[in-house]
Amino acid sequence: MAFLFKKTKELESQIDEYLDCVVRGALLFRQGVKYYLEGRTDDFEGRLHDLDNLESRGDQLRRDIESKLYEQTLIPESRGDVLGLLESTDTVLNTMNETLLQFSVEIPEIIEELHPLYIELAEVSTSAVEAMVLAIRSYFRELAAVRDHINKVLFYEKESDKIAEKIKRLVFRKDDLRLSHKIHMRYFAYHIENIADDAEDVCDRLAIATIKRYL
Amino acid sequence: MIWFFLLSGLFLGWSLGANDAANVFGTAVGSKMVRFKVAALVASIFVILGAVISGAGAAHTLGKLGAVNALAGSFTVALAAAATVTWMTKLKLPVSTSQAIVGAIIGWNLFTGSPTDLNSLGKIVSTWVVSPVLAAVFSIILFRIFKVVLGRARIHMLELDAYTRVGLIVVGAFGAYSLGANNIANVMGVFVPASPFKDIVLPGSIRFSGTQQLFLLGALAIAVGIYTYSERVMRTVGNEVYKLTPVMALIVVLSESIVLFLFASESLEHWLVSHGLPPIPLVPVSSSQAVIGAVIGIGIAKGGKGINYGILGKIASGWITTPIAAALFSFVALFFVQNVFEQQVVRPVTYELSPAVIHKLEEKHIPVEHLKELEGQRFHNMSKFREALKEHEQLSESQLYQIFNIAQRDSFRIDSTIAEREMDPNHFTPEQIEAVKQLHGRVFVHKWQLDEALAQISPAWRLKPDKNVNKIYNKAIRKRRRELYLIFRVSQ
Repeated sequence: MAFLFKKTKELESQIDEYLDCVVRGALLFRQGVKYYLEGRTDDFEGRLHDLDNLESRGDQLRRDIESKLYEQTLIPESRGDVLGLLESTDTVLNTMNETLLQFSVEIPEIIEELHPLYIELAEVSTSAVEAMVLAIRSYFRELAAVRDHINKVLFYEKESDKIAEKIKRLVFRKDDLRLSHKIHMRYFAYHIENIADDAEDVCDRLAIATIKRYL
Repeated sequence: MIWFFLLSGLFLGWSLGANDAANVFGTAVGSKMVRFKVAALVASIFVILGAVISGAGAAHTLGKLGAVNALAGSFTVALAAAATVTWMTKLKLPVSTSQAIVGAIIGWNLFTGSPTDLNSLGKIVSTWVVSPVLAAVFSIILFRIFKVVLGRARIHMLELDAYTRVGLIVVGAFGAYSLGANNIANVMGVFVPASPFKDIVLPGSIRFSGTQQLFLLGALAIAVGIYTYSERVMRTVGNEVYKLTPVMALIVVLSESIVLFLFASESLEHWLVSHGLPPIPLVPVSSSQAVIGAVIGIGIAKGGKGINYGILGKIASGWITTPIAAALFSFVALFFVQNVFEQQVVRPVTYELSPAVIHKLEEKHIPVEHLKELEGQRFHNMSKFREALKEHEQLSESQLYQIFNIAQRDSFRIDSTIAEREMDPNHFTPEQIEAVKQLHGRVFVHKWQLDEALAQISPAWRLKPDKNVNKIYNKAIRKRRRELYLIFRVSQ
């Protein structure tokens, strides 16, 4: 019996660690965008490097959790849902990593006037990710709280849409910029906004999984 | 030959193990929460324990319904029940061993002319209706409790999973124990009056009665049923019939087990009576119907949507069709076994309406005016006795039952040396033994005469007024009396 509970505890802490990776990833992404816009290239590259490592560690943990769930036939009723949740959460982490990498590769030229909006967009999108992680944690422990967190994610997602739209409108109304420059800036707003969209997708799955788990 | 006759009971046991173990472990195994090997081991061990330790209560009620007194009769009755179960299962009709065996016993009563104890029959039939309802009530209550507790406890999903697994095994063990205790009567109950086993006293003066040995054998047949066939049934039950979360499965099995336990436990009966509460009748009930009741209870607790109420009608129809089919089967089979295979399906019992019997009947307010014409006649056949009684007097079934009990001739010769040798002082009180010794040399032709003689000598043999509080005491006295009959009976 103690053996059974020991394995359970181990897996529980692995899931927690995986979710920690996602939250830390969101924080690194936010910092990274900020440093990029401030022109602190070394700090930015450092954050990108950290995020990259975090993403690899997250992948490793996720695979380990998934195989344990199946090998030990744990939570047979919910493991399909849990697996789906972990995989879609991984997509969020990947999107953040790739977006930050694109900053490093493509070095987009963001006009200074739009810096506050980009920072705000990154903050709101990563807030959606943080709320998403809280919702997932609640799914494991306290079903009643899931709904509140999901509502926050939906709010942040809507906010990110609005900010991104605002950025795009401002960019395309500038007469002194090349179209290619405008498109490049829109592209980055679009990708940052996507992070919140991915978080919303996770929450859609989570809402259904939660209903299934209710007694 | 004895072993051959027991085969039909063992077959019934096997089919019970194959089908009904799934009511205890089906959801756990079907949902992969518990491995089949673990489930089969736990179920087998606890079915055996339940049958041997607590099987007597429900068997006693079934025995009162009809005392099938010849081995070939018991064989045929059990076979008829088993055939009914198999046949109705094939037709996909809802069926329960408990209901089949009751029908088969009534078939024996009809065939032999033995009166049916309507009081016991009423008790049995009412529990069939009550048991699924009670299971539903328990599952509603448990569901609410679990919901509140789990809502507040904030247990991690994985921990809850681990607790549920352990819970399913523990509750499954309790369920298997209750199943053994409640349903062994279906399998071996009809063999009790014709049991070939003698009591054994194990070291440490533990008494292993003949009935318990019979029950052990029946329980082993159930265990074989579990190991050989129940895996398939468990997977079907777990996956197709109803989809429940593991926690709901736990609630369902717990509710079902409590119901089976309530209708089987003599200790609970003792406890209720000693606290001035009305006792619960000890009757074999259907575990399948208790499970369905519990699942419907969950459905109701969840708001009552998506419940297939049609299944309730099916269950209710089973209460009628199963016993009727089994009674018919039993009647026809008894005819064949008696007349074609020339086996004795009923031991001849002699009935006589002696003046003493007539006087006793008058005391019981049974109309005897016309029965006096039968005074002095002896009947060696239940049917003939019944016909003669009915020709002379308008009698209800329960009056007939009483007359049969009072008029039955027996022969007891009391001998103080036999009393000294055979009456176990761990079992009988010194006063009881002393009272029996005082009757040395006397002969009795009716059980009730011996009872009355003993009651006159000593209060230790007297029944107390028929109240709930005295139920257990009177039950114990009656049990001692039955043991006494066995010790002092003179073979005629």
